[in-house]
Amino acid sequence: MLAVTSAPRIDAKKRAVLDRRRQEFVTTKWQAEAYPHRMNMYPIPPLDDITLEQFEEWAIARLKVLAELEACQFRNRTADETAEYMKPVLDKHLRLSPNSSQSSEVEVERKRDHYSHWTLRLAFSATADLRQRFSRLEAQLFKLRLRLDRADERKAFIESLPMSWEVVTEEEKKTWHSELVAATGLRRDEEESWFKTEWEHVPDLVERRQCLLKKGKAYVHVREQQTMVVNEFARQLELGLEQAARFLPRMDEDNRLSPILHHLSQSFVAPDAGYTEASSIGDITTPTAASIDGLSQHFPLCMQNLHRELRKNNHLKHFGRLQYTLFLKGIGLSLQECIIFWRKSFKLIADDKFKAEYLYNIRHAYGEVGGDANRRGRGYTPYSCQKLLTEPAPAAGQTHGCPYRTYAPDNLITLLQSFGVTDRALLQGVREDVGKQRYHIACNRVFEHAHKGPIKKVKDEALWPASELDTILHPNGYFKRSFMLKNLGREGGGEVKMEGSGE
Amino acid sequence: MTRPETLQASSKPNYSSPDILRQFYQRLFPFRPLFQWLNHGPTPQPDFQNREFAFVLPGGAYIRYQSFLSADLFKKQCVQMTPERFEIGPQYSINPRDRKQLRKASSFRPVMKELVFDIDMTDYDSIRTCCSKAAICNKCWHFIIMAIKVVDTALREDFGFQHILWVYSGRRGAHAWISDKRAREMDDAKRKALAGYLVLAMSGEQGKKISIKRPLHPHVDRSLKVLNPYFQDEVLAEQDPWQSAEQAERLIRLLPDKDLTAALQKKWDSMPGRSSNQKWADIDAVAEAGHLSTLSAKQLVDVKQDIRLEYTYPRLDAEVSKKLNHLLKSPFVIHPGTGRVCVPIDTRHLDSFDPLGVPTVTALLQEIDEWESKSGNMSDEEKAKVQDWQKTSLKPYVEYFRGYVAGLLKEESKGKRSREEVAIEGLNGMEF
Ligand SMILES: [Zn+2]
Repeated sequence: MLAVTSAPRIDAKKRAVLDRRRQEFVTTKWQAEAYPHRMNMYPIPPLDDITLEQFEEWAIARLKVLAELEACQFRNRTADETAEYMKPVLDKHLRLSPNSSQSSEVEVERKRDHYSHWTLRLAFSATADLRQRFSRLEAQLFKLRLRLDRADERKAFIESLPMSWEVVTEEEKKTWHSELVAATGLRRDEEESWFKTEWEHVPDLVERRQCLLKKGKAYVHVREQQTMVVNEFARQLELGLEQAARFLPRMDEDNRLSPILHHLSQSFVAPDAGYTEASSIGDITTPTAASIDGLSQHFPLCMQNLHRELRKNNHLKHFGRLQYTLFLKGIGLSLQECIIFWRKSFKLIADDKFKAEYLYNIRHAYGEVGGDANRRGRGYTPYSCQKLLTEPAPAAGQTHGCPYRTYAPDNLITLLQSFGVTDRALLQGVREDVGKQRYHIACNRVFEHAHKGPIKKVKDEALWPASELDTILHPNGYFKRSFMLKNLGREGGGEVKMEGSGE
Repeated sequence: MTRPETLQASSKPNYSSPDILRQFYQRLFPFRPLFQWLNHGPTPQPDFQNREFAFVLPGGAYIRYQSFLSADLFKKQCVQMTPERFEIGPQYSINPRDRKQLRKASSFRPVMKELVFDIDMTDYDSIRTCCSKAAICNKCWHFIIMAIKVVDTALREDFGFQHILWVYSGRRGAHAWISDKRAREMDDAKRKALAGYLVLAMSGEQGKKISIKRPLHPHVDRSLKVLNPYFQDEVLAEQDPWQSAEQAERLIRLLPDKDLTAALQKKWDSMPGRSSNQKWADIDAVAEAGHLSTLSAKQLVDVKQDIRLEYTYPRLDAEVSKKLNHLLKSPFVIHPGTGRVCVPIDTRHLDSFDPLGVPTVTALLQEIDEWESKSGNMSDEEKAKVQDWQKTSLKPYVEYFRGYVAGLLKEESKGKRSREEVAIEGLNGMEF
């Protein structure tokens, strides 16, 4: 089990090791031998030492993958569409090379996969909701990877599993031949090969009458093996999560792991994305106080709304100001320009009042003033969607936060319409998303609709890596992507390149 | 769950009067075997003690989450409260009466219940002609017999279950209770899967054709073989479901071939009064005469198979079977509308079970009195040895039930011993 103990000679903070004494529920002996297959059922927790950074970094990468997978599901993508969408995401965040690749990375990739699974298993074992969601997504991930696996390696993996199935003998085949063919819908081009197992292992096949039943045994065609392996994976994981839940209270002693695990489980409430410098457009053009009005067409709804409020009232309340200032900093607006922007926007406020009440906060947000830590960190980080979605809801008269969450559905639709979002099917989709509290999915839906044309062009012409069109989880990511899409091919006759955002 | 019954006209005796019910629970209801059946053993254990009972009181009040530590305490409350009927639910993770003391509501969850089925004649209203709604006669009871045969066979042959109790629901249907350990422990997903396996989607009133996959799944194929004899006699001859022109329209809608249906329509218009059996035979005759356009001869065989299934295959209320926590009316309670006892059905003599001959509570109480008057020459000592239920026509049903429960308990004790042995072996194998 993952746990941190002190290892005095090496920097204790940087070392996570696994405590053998705590492996009460692990019955199988861990073989030091590494990973013979690309796929893993994760029956055994990892035992090697890893650093705390790796511990967290690997888990975050996996979380990203699961969040994208969930987004596919929310968007009702088909299995094929999901596979297509997920392939670059997997390659980027959680690549698993086949044995045949002979890549030198194979071992470390599989180690990363193994560790990150177990880290998240711990992080998400706390509540029934999280457990259920995690096991559902992990099972989907498993299924997806099994599907993407090379046929020969998949076969070797499946054969290596200790599953409770028995081959149907030639004699049985002879006795039950017509029943087997009829029950399993055998096609001419399929091999006459069946196995049997307890019917409870294949409830789906039983429900659809796609197996032969005899005295509680289900006779199943080999083509169903993949599904069964996925079901078995899900079943084992659910058991494992319940065991982990019982184990979790004892983890609290580990004061270095708990905050990481807590943060990870928080990130599952709304997927998190950190701000990245790459979301700024400072290297392409220089945003100024005067250009914000024009740039605001690229803002996500939360920022467009703040901008409109500001223009309407010549004022914004504290939290709205902070959210907006940090966003503007994020797009690359310099402190000087930002001060000018606010000074001009607060038309009705006298200079001395502005200096006394507002200037300090702007400079503080940029890290110009305040304690050492604030200066070193160059002020606050622009807020992510997760931050906006988890902070307390705004009071009456305040406009900060994420409108998809803070507005009542009818008012949200009116708001979107006032910004020119009028497509009926789109608005219906938004209504469904917010009804299910999938706020970031609603926002991404609006984004994709607004940028349909350029997105298609980018995809068709493979202008960007496919992973650059993943789910948006940060207002600044929204802005940058919108800006780049609208300016495809305009920048000095050349393509505007998208680089490393969302890294 | 049973549907609400509307009480019959006031001229009938009130079977739910507290007096009658008190005597019934006091003197006739087989509490001991019922306890053993639900407890799976002779001494009280959580199987029974943490099990939910729901009482329907004569005033109509519905009280859930009742539970009892023993058969005697259960009987005591029934005699005291005189429920019109009671329903049986699952065993819960804790005693249902203590559920509100839990800090976490999620720790109160159902853990075990018999797999149950509900077959109700009202689901057959679109195909039976003899009766409708709550009414039933020996003709339409055949639909229940057919359903029991098909479901019972599938449960035994396909799923390997052995402890299946069929119970007359007191008016117009039957319930099944499967007590095999493997059945009791099924979660909702498995119950749903099993129900899905047994249920065939029917075309319903709208005349949308059912489509059943070919080749027929062995379960459907076998069911058809069981049902075929009934189709000719009990359905076509007795129910005569396509007799009138309007009724025949239903058959026409199930035949997806314009030439065929036009020819049939013409024939029936010119020869009114043809029976359903004749009309069924007409299909082949007309087809052989060359009136087939879109269907092949082989497809027509399939279509006719589908129609046979539509008119014979069991119509299960699947929702009842899908949920672990679903409540179902207990065997041996009184049906408030008919006064009949919900007796078990001995499937070895299924064809001779007569729902209309099942004793009513008032008749049973009378039988006790008659027995007393007829047994004048017995000594008091001898009389005391005879229990009240043995004096009545409830006797064969109680005896059947006791025999059934004894079989279940025997199997349970076997299972328990082997589990204990395994546990002991397991302990020996562990290192300390
Ligand atoms: Zn009838």
